[in-house]
Amino acid sequence: MNARILEEIQPFILPVIYAVVIVAVLPLLAGYIVLLERKVMAHMQARMGPMRVGPHGLLQPIADAVKLLLKEDIIPDKADKLLFWLAPLASVTMALLAYAALPLGPTFQIADLDVGLLFILAVSSLGIYGIVLGGWASNSHYSLLGALRSAAQLVSYETAAGLALVSALLLGGSLSMKALVEAQDQVGVWFIFLVPISFFIYMVASIAETNRAPFDLPEAESELVAGYMTEYSGFRWSLYFLAEYANMIVVSGIATTLFLGGWLRPLASFHQHLFGMPFEALDILPVLIFFGLAAWCAKLALRQAVPVQKFVMFLFVGLFVVLAAAMAWSLTSPLMAGIHGGFWFIVKVLVYLYGFLWFRFTFPRYRFDQLMKLGWQFLIPLALVNLLMVAIGLLLHQQFGWWLLWSVILANGLTLVFAAWLGSDSAKPSSTEAAVAGVGGGK
Amino acid sequence: MTFDTIIFYFFAAFAVVSAIVMITRRSAVHSAVFLITTLLATAGIFLQLEAEFLFVVQIILYVGGIMVLFLFVIMLVNLDVAVRQIQFSRQAWVGAVLAIALGAQVLMAFRLGSGAFNLPAASTRAMQPNAEQIGAALFQRYMLPFEIASILLLVAMIGAVVMAKRKI
Repeated sequence: MNARILEEIQPFILPVIYAVVIVAVLPLLAGYIVLLERKVMAHMQARMGPMRVGPHGLLQPIADAVKLLLKEDIIPDKADKLLFWLAPLASVTMALLAYAALPLGPTFQIADLDVGLLFILAVSSLGIYGIVLGGWASNSHYSLLGALRSAAQLVSYETAAGLALVSALLLGGSLSMKALVEAQDQVGVWFIFLVPISFFIYMVASIAETNRAPFDLPEAESELVAGYMTEYSGFRWSLYFLAEYANMIVVSGIATTLFLGGWLRPLASFHQHLFGMPFEALDILPVLIFFGLAAWCAKLALRQAVPVQKFVMFLFVGLFVVLAAAMAWSLTSPLMAGIHGGFWFIVKVLVYLYGFLWFRFTFPRYRFDQLMKLGWQFLIPLALVNLLMVAIGLLLHQQFGWWLLWSVILANGLTLVFAAWLGSDSAKPSSTEAAVAGVGGGK
Repeated sequence: MTFDTIIFYFFAAFAVVSAIVMITRRSAVHSAVFLITTLLATAGIFLQLEAEFLFVVQIILYVGGIMVLFLFVIMLVNLDVAVRQIQFSRQAWVGAVLAIALGAQVLMAFRLGSGAFNLPAASTRAMQPNAEQIGAALFQRYMLPFEIASILLLVAMIGAVVMAKRKI
């Protein structure tokens, strides 16, 4: 009996371990992304950012988490108690569920579903319920408006994002996340170089879907206080926050897997062994990156005046040296593919996330009708035409034996021509905009 | 009892219980939420049958699309009036009679047709690969019905826009 139960449970053991690791690490990661965001914002605005808690504010996320946990949990008197309680949970559960099909490396994946990409899209589109129900249950006008805006925005931009992803699917010929990365390994280029316009559309749409600036209208603080989160405080509020950052990592993961080659290293088709080394020459890159970071930290440490800061900076030098050594050791070990794959995946996700932060501090917030116009009148037609062109290019390459480069240039060139026409056409003010301008002019 | 059976009964019970809760709630938003859980549990049963594509489509279309719009509409409707009204309670006995009749029919169907659904077990992974097979069926074998259905939906959509918006 025991042996049979063990046999039934056996295929679930490794995925459960992976899941526990992800659920345990993700909140910490989200906290540090918040710190990174504040630091990047501060540096872009010529400030220092958090500096007090720990060296360079490195312990700030932990202090924030403790503060949020200890805060009083307020439920408004006339709120719908059940839904108010349920909404943040729904948000964060759906955000975490999406990690089930995300391959963080060639081996680190909870489940390689045949319909992995669709599963991630489906589950992350459920996160909207957390926002809509939370906004409604709060029984507040600001919350309800935020919720409605969020629902409208998500429904509009999901179409464009989906159509953009389809062109990558056409190239990969599968819905399984793992197979998509393997297809990029076979073709020898990341799909971003074959369908750059799809990547652009997905990037814009993913920012809108995660309610990030410049499309953060559901929580626009100048109009709606905090949008759907207005009535939330303490731990529930932090759950919403965790869900937002988890979703950001999910869309970065999708973009990384489909367009940026997943766990493949840059120039993955370059398989040269130099100087008779037992590993491929470019596999040494992670080691060099960590050594570079260690050297940079050492340089910073020598310039620090405060002894404590100096000590901590040297600790970081030590950390990076250890990581570099681990990477160097793994070059010849059987775990090499898993460790290096995970490294490159995380690096790409972080680069994409940095793009999110960069946009937030660069672009002013859109007006809601501008947002809708951009989604429906520019991105969706562009995505449709792009899909058609990619399909034609693929047909020319596969059936008529065109060289890949020519079909890519043809497909993207025609799409760009269409985009230029669409852009010049939609530059004229629409009737809505004219009406808004009329109201503004005291008509 | 295998692991599969436990999972099936879990999803089935979940679907039935949340369906009952759905029709007994006064608040329309609560009903919508429990309809969502019913749909999710049904999706779980699809997944257990290894119909992954149907599972995902059920979530994307019904839960992620249609129900979001449902909620959207329900939230904007003035619900206070509806909650205060006594709904359908005068027809309760009609409902009871109909329910009993339907229950008797279902029971009879089960008794008369017992064994009729005893289909031969499908070979393992007969549905693989899921998405490709559904795509081939829809876009090759049933191309014409599929296109007719999509044109019907398009007509309905344009009709709704025309009726809702007098001046375009």
